[in-house]
Amino acid sequence: MMRALRIVGVTMLILFLWHILVVLTGLPAFILPSPARVGLALFGNFELIAHHASVTMAEVMIGLLLGTFLGVVTAISLALSPIARVVVRPMMVLSQALPVFALAPVLTLWLGYGLWPKIIMALLIIYFPVTSAFFDGLMQTPRGMLDLAKVMQARPWQIMRHIRIPAAIPALASGLRLAAVYAPIGAIIGEWVGASQGLGYLMLLANGRAKIDLMFAALIVLAVLTLLLHASVDRLCSYVVRRQQA
Amino acid sequence: MSNSPALHFHGSATIAGTPIFDPLDLDIAAGKWTCLLGASGVGKTTVLRLLAGLGDHIDHVGSIAASDGQSLAGRISLMAQTDNLMPWLDVFDNIAIGNRLRGDAVDGDRAERLIDQVGLTAHRHKKPNALSGGQRQRVALARTLMEGRPIVLLDEPFSALDAKIRAEMQELAARLFAGKTVCLITHDPGEAARLGDVIFVMNLTGLHSITPPSSPVIRPYDAPDVLACQGQLLRLLRETP
Repeated sequence: MMRALRIVGVTMLILFLWHILVVLTGLPAFILPSPARVGLALFGNFELIAHHASVTMAEVMIGLLLGTFLGVVTAISLALSPIARVVVRPMMVLSQALPVFALAPVLTLWLGYGLWPKIIMALLIIYFPVTSAFFDGLMQTPRGMLDLAKVMQARPWQIMRHIRIPAAIPALASGLRLAAVYAPIGAIIGEWVGASQGLGYLMLLANGRAKIDLMFAALIVLAVLTLLLHASVDRLCSYVVRRQQA
Repeated sequence: MSNSPALHFHGSATIAGTPIFDPLDLDIAAGKWTCLLGASGVGKTTVLRLLAGLGDHIDHVGSIAASDGQSLAGRISLMAQTDNLMPWLDVFDNIAIGNRLRGDAVDGDRAERLIDQVGLTAHRHKKPNALSGGQRQRVALARTLMEGRPIVLLDEPFSALDAKIRAEMQELAARLFAGKTVCLITHDPGEAARLGDVIFVMNLTGLHSITPPSSPVIRPYDAPDVLACQGQLLRLLRETP
């Protein structure tokens, strides 16, 4: 309850400051529309924004699921195989030197204007944080547990399954919390490069037609959805980690 | 448990070029408690790790043999100072972790009996975070017994517990490990005097065999001969390098 009040309070404060800024600077509406105008644009175009938001969120969710799955599989393979570590890890680090944004035009060229380039963008942008967080967790299993398993004559895969993976769940959870914030960035960039739907597309479209209030409305919806996604993933991760250990 | 073999350890150890101890011979008696007492850093734990087959990073020049001539693999269980319980498993599943790790069927009745023997029946479904330090070591004790191995290696398993609980755990362990070949690493002279059928003091000059009190283990902590032995051990620890 206190938390909800605090969120409402902070939101009101931001809107108020925004309003004051518009009034004091006298910026025209096509540069910075007032909160009231943006609010009107939001409610006036509710169905339109909702439609585009649902497309973006679908891209984000699918990208998040696939990226998490791939990241988990990669981390486990790397942790199991020293050869994979020698071969794949430098490639992964190198791939991070390449800005994911630069890949968006290529992906659009290859995969067209549909959902897939955006999903792949979201996937690519979260793949590294998920993989590296989970991999670090898998490599930091307490030494005593591994000694115990060895004396018990466990096989590497059984140690992975019964000890290393469960022990790395908190590390995976911190990777997922980051991923929840990153994934929408990937999807939006994909939409900017080439799309016919989605909040990123709507923002470009509104910008092009000088409907700055609609652009801001889409931006705010995107921010709110990203915050909700982050909060849900955060809650889910905390719940799973708490359940696991108590 | 007449199938518990004696062990003989021989040799020196080096880790990454640093000598840990010079050549020594350690005889661990069959079906009895052998206590290896020493200050921190003399290499007690290195000996134990080599015995446990955990010496991948240790250069051991020498040999480890069982009196029956068979391999030690699969005949050893280990209990350390840290309980190494899996925080995500409850008491029952922690005790049965060895079976899970090998993919064996879990003997549920046996696990329940062990939970009962270590006095944790009421806590059967609790996870480690909900248990006290003493209770957690009881789970570790039951897990060690669940393995049913004839040789038990103990690496200061009671040293993090308070005096009262430590004394209780020593009695419980002495009762439940009866008949097994036990090697206990400790830095507590009182513990060695209570539990050792055979006592060695390990220091920088090597291993020194000490005559234990004549009464059988587990000995009362306040018996005159136990206290005298404790004093003698402490003096040895303090006076030799």
